[in-house]
Amino acid sequence: MSRLGLMWSGLFRRRVRTCLTVFSIMIAFLLFGLLRSIADVFSVGVDIAGADRLMVAPKYSIIDPIPYRYISEIRAVDGVEAVTHANWFGGTYQDPRNFFPRYPVTPREYFDLYPELRMPAEQLDAFDNTRTGAVASVALAEKYGWAIGDKIPIEADIWPKKGGDRLWVFDLVGLYSVAENASAQDVFLLNYAYFDEARQFGEGEVGNFIVRVTDPNLAAEVSRAIDALFENSMAPTRTATEAEMQREMFNQAGRIGLVMTAILGAVFFTIVLLTGNTIAQSLRERIPEFAVLKTLGFTNGGVASLVLGEAVLLCLVGGALGLGVAALLTPWVAGTVENILPGIELGWTIVATGLGVAMLLGLAIGVLPALSANRLQIVDALRARG
Amino acid sequence: MSALVKLNGVSKSFIRGKEELRVLTDIDLSIEEGDFFALMGPSGSGKTTLLNLIGGLDTTTAGYVQVGDTRLDELSSKALAKWRSEHVGFVFQFYNLLPVLTAQRNVELPLLLTKLSRSQRKSNAATALKVVGLEDRADHRPGELSGGQQQRVAIARAFVADPEILVCDEPTGDLDRDTADEILGLLELLNRDHGKTIIMVTHDPKAADHASHVLHLDKGRLVDQVSA
Repeated sequence: MSRLGLMWSGLFRRRVRTCLTVFSIMIAFLLFGLLRSIADVFSVGVDIAGADRLMVAPKYSIIDPIPYRYISEIRAVDGVEAVTHANWFGGTYQDPRNFFPRYPVTPREYFDLYPELRMPAEQLDAFDNTRTGAVASVALAEKYGWAIGDKIPIEADIWPKKGGDRLWVFDLVGLYSVAENASAQDVFLLNYAYFDEARQFGEGEVGNFIVRVTDPNLAAEVSRAIDALFENSMAPTRTATEAEMQREMFNQAGRIGLVMTAILGAVFFTIVLLTGNTIAQSLRERIPEFAVLKTLGFTNGGVASLVLGEAVLLCLVGGALGLGVAALLTPWVAGTVENILPGIELGWTIVATGLGVAMLLGLAIGVLPALSANRLQIVDALRARG
Repeated sequence: MSALVKLNGVSKSFIRGKEELRVLTDIDLSIEEGDFFALMGPSGSGKTTLLNLIGGLDTTTAGYVQVGDTRLDELSSKALAKWRSEHVGFVFQFYNLLPVLTAQRNVELPLLLTKLSRSQRKSNAATALKVVGLEDRADHRPGELSGGQQQRVAIARAFVADPEILVCDEPTGDLDRDTADEILGLLELLNRDHGKTIIMVTHDPKAADHASHVLHLDKGRLVDQVSA
């Protein structure tokens, strides 16, 4: 037996209570791992270099429109190889819970910009030639039981048709598949020409442009050049990588990082109170045992360090378990939200931070009991038992 | 024989509220190496307090306790803890074993304070358990042992680090007669065959019969001393 073994044994004096305490700490650190992984996505800086696809979005708000006519100016920028555009269509398919993104696009341009979306040429022709045409990913079609030739009704919430009609009916003319390892979304694509002509307002406007650069090393330079073009216009732009843009759009829905920090703060405060109370209770029960240790020759500091060590050990075990479970769950979470929030991962920094926090938590919880153990008078404690 | 333990004018008082409670008054005592001392007296006479002072668990209000060449009142708290770990083994009425540890590990506890290797600690603890006849109970926790067995484990723990002195506070107070006799026999064996100096507090005259010297305390003063 070692001192560590002695601490470990002390933890299991009340097996059920210790397991429940470890479980509560584990849940706290599971949340820590998952939420930090997500929050980190919002905190990483813009790294534009090396990206071959950029997104040109409104500078101030994702709901601001950009004139379609910008496309020709963007095309003329040095280093731009191809440009296309998309809009947020919104709307509801049968039930608001049936959520999937719907983008009005120019078919050939869009599929050219996204080579990871693969569709037979005749279906792309049909999409290009059918005013009311639309295409969906194979996964979306499987999910909703669609087949080519079906009519897909979408009820508009943002874009009514001229005359006020909110029901848009699209002809499904193609199904595309997504290349393996590509982080493309399951999107419902409709024909921009039809959408732009039929919508009640906003004609000639798009939501964003997608740009492919000739050389990924030019990405930062091209971004600056595009934004400079429209800097003093009514609709200034901000160009970034697609991944960064998605993060920003998501973050605009709320201060995600702040919310997550607040949640973590509340969780940890609660855990500190609960665990601190449990450890204090455990200490009270074991006062005679600490007196016995001192009788045997353990110094005041030695007994205090055992108490502190137990608290740290308890938090480290709970923290390591929580972070371990978070590591197992993170790939699943990342896969689930890959389309809207790519790049979620539980990095070593988060694990190391988590373990550091667990240690600090243990020290914070254990310091008062350790001081009590340090001050414990052997004779008084033994008399209390006798 | 030289005096191993020497008490010189020892007094002990406790402060209870505004009142000073005098528990021991001007005790002079010499205990020779290899003695088996029994301390007797009515409840509240100061037996356990005297034992605590000899064992370095408490400090005197006046006078001093000297063990060998060491005056306990001159040691710091840390030095006193170290001294206890090297020179004194303790046996209590209620055994005071750690309930989460097996008998083997309870006996090993004092050895954590030594420089012995893990395997040496384990081996020494096993030997101590063998001396008290509990080698087959090494993996049992205190809750799985009888009172007598727990007290044997406590005795093994008391002598495993090879201290000169064993202080025993009512070691048979919680045991039946037969078991008490076994425990007292064990203490006698440690005194006779292993040369341990034993100082035992007891209410039980039959337990005191096992001692070579019997001291009586009354109201904090030594009344008389009987040698066997």
